[in-house]
Amino acid sequence: MNALKLKKGVSRHSAYNLRDPNAEATEVHTLAVLVDNEAGVLARVIGLFSGRGYNIESLTVAEVDHLGHRSRITIVTTGTPAVIEQIKAQLGRIVPVHEVHDLTVEGASVERELALLKVAGTGEKRVEAMRLADIFRANVVDTTLESFIFEITGTGEKIDAFAELMRPLGLVEIARTGVAALSRGAA
Amino acid sequence: MVVQALKDQGVDTVFGYPGGAVLPIYDEIFLQNDIRHILVRHEQGAVHAAEGYARSTGKPGVVLVTSGPGATNAVTGITDALLDSIPLVVLTGQVPTFMIGTDAFQEADTVGITRACTKHNWLVKDTDKLAETLHQAFHVATSGRPGPVLIDIPKDVQFANGTYTPPAKANTAHYAPKVKGDLEAIKQLASLIEAAERPVFYTGGGVINSGPAASQLLRELVDATGFPITSTLMGLGAYPANGDNWIGMLGMHGLYEANLAMHGCDLLINVGARFDDRITGKLDKFSPNSTKAHIDIDPSSINKVIHVDVPIIGDVGHVLEDLLKVWKAGGRKTNKPALQKWWAQIEEWKKADCLRYTNSEKTIKPQYALQRLEALTKDRDRYITTEVGQHQMWAAQFLGFNDPNRWMTSGGLGTMGYGLPASLGVQIAHPDALVINVAGEASWLMNMQEMGTAVQYRLPVKQFILNNERLGMVRQWQELLHGERYSHSWSESLPDFVKLAEAFGCKGIMVSDPADLDDAIMEMLNYDGPVIFDCLVEKHENCFPMIPSGAPHNEMLMGEASTKDAIGSTGAVLV
Repeated sequence: MNALKLKKGVSRHSAYNLRDPNAEATEVHTLAVLVDNEAGVLARVIGLFSGRGYNIESLTVAEVDHLGHRSRITIVTTGTPAVIEQIKAQLGRIVPVHEVHDLTVEGASVERELALLKVAGTGEKRVEAMRLADIFRANVVDTTLESFIFEITGTGEKIDAFAELMRPLGLVEIARTGVAALSRGAA
Repeated sequence: MVVQALKDQGVDTVFGYPGGAVLPIYDEIFLQNDIRHILVRHEQGAVHAAEGYARSTGKPGVVLVTSGPGATNAVTGITDALLDSIPLVVLTGQVPTFMIGTDAFQEADTVGITRACTKHNWLVKDTDKLAETLHQAFHVATSGRPGPVLIDIPKDVQFANGTYTPPAKANTAHYAPKVKGDLEAIKQLASLIEAAERPVFYTGGGVINSGPAASQLLRELVDATGFPITSTLMGLGAYPANGDNWIGMLGMHGLYEANLAMHGCDLLINVGARFDDRITGKLDKFSPNSTKAHIDIDPSSINKVIHVDVPIIGDVGHVLEDLLKVWKAGGRKTNKPALQKWWAQIEEWKKADCLRYTNSEKTIKPQYALQRLEALTKDRDRYITTEVGQHQMWAAQFLGFNDPNRWMTSGGLGTMGYGLPASLGVQIAHPDALVINVAGEASWLMNMQEMGTAVQYRLPVKQFILNNERLGMVRQWQELLHGERYSHSWSESLPDFVKLAEAFGCKGIMVSDPADLDDAIMEMLNYDGPVIFDCLVEKHENCFPMIPSGAPHNEMLMGEASTKDAIGSTGAVLV
């Protein structure tokens, strides 16, 4: 984690443009936070975001190391570069937080999200939904004569696109897991 | 087990208030003599007293309160300690584990409520983990950037027997903030120091928190470089007020010369301060032409509000030690001719005499009262606490602090009611010292019940109340910024403080004539016991200089002082 490395080319006297929300466009960053799996740790992380006014676009959490008692929280957030740096530093201060990785700047990474979509319909619409699901490599995990539940895995954009196509074909309900992400390569 | 863990952590004093959910611990306290328990009158007082103890000793303060209202009353004090980075270990009782979540009598979600105002907190549900958690709590409170921690202990966990873990066996390895600064960055700073033409040290509470050694190293560094040094409210005393290079406190009510030096400098070296908004004023006009270095143990302080060029993450003491080594080893030299010009400029600014006020023979001016207090106490073994408001700023301006840990004030949170209980904590840690709480009457009333604690424990604290029958700072803002509409900023039914003192069983002194002031102060100092000193002062005095919120450093409001002659042609370029 190198949350504080200053960006090249930042002006020596840029005390203001860092704080001017209009001067710098916001960026989307995916953060992986490794924490002790203990009571209240998620509340600490979420409380940090709400208390300091940061955005959460997506958040997933699950235990990843049962023996080591570790959970991994994946957060997709938006903010100016200065705000993103501040979010990482603030996360690093939380006592049960072990590591904070900014997957967006630490080289290439893979991001995936899983979604379940319930689509109700009969006749031509039902056939069309099935055909599109094939194209998106979505699986059918439940079916009745009038409905499907599709399971689809992919980037957030892919799921957005699939959901948009399902809407006119009878989309009833959608459940998404939020983003899980890992950096590419051996390390 | 709790008492054993406290003893093993070297705790000698606990500030607290008993209640149903902590009675098992109070039972254990009753059965021993190693730890002294100070019974306060309100849980907020316990926390502020522990803060006073911690700030004046450098050791963590310990608080013991009950569940529910005990814990919620402590919240203001805990938040105060968080904002000012004061190490505290707060123990709260909780309803038995099997009753948590049932809205039991005196139940509150204490870890939930205090999550945002502690550095870390724990709910201990297993007695076997209690001792280790306590040791971890002391470790977290005192390592890195210090702060308050809280341990919530259900009553059944207090009653149960468990295995005790000694401090050495407790697992504290995971939380280990970096204390050594990056050597490359330190070398870079040394080079900047060599080249600087208009440098200034801007130091803060981090120097005090780092310990007396850090203050010593800071003094050596200032001597070695000859640079001017200013400090935040929190950092007063790290560099002595009677030192040659001291240019006074900076910030909203800081000295003219200190703020103009910040504005005009070409190298700003922030040592353990955090660019608070009371310091920076308008951000985009803050020290516009300087290269900025920032030494701080908390990575989140770096670039939080002000972009810095040379960030150094580490403990102030360690970084200053390395910086001095680098400085001495390289045979480095400062730019002497440029420094001479810079000092000449600062001397010109000093001529503005920004603290000047018009004295009166009829009424006591608050500034005059503090000048007399300073004159009559400065050679004593003296500790000062304050409440919050005008008196606090005047105290910072008119009292001189030559050593760290002598000045206890609520900086970050600005908690009215801090000073009286804090003075008790200081007096307990330093029984033979002179402890004075410089107060305003409005702040003082917020926790005045603690005079009972002072009398019970025979703590000879001096409550020096500058009584203007107004919420002075609110009144000042209303006068200057809200069209003189004095909405609810005065008190119509203040108590007779002398009678109040008698009611508490201590001494009360009232003074209103400037001619009687010295005798009255001496009477207060010579009385062996707590004193409430009611100093009736000018009701409409304003605290100057002042940088209004949102204004830059070079647009200060001055009181009586004139800046006309203070800014020469060279200075005009800088301001």
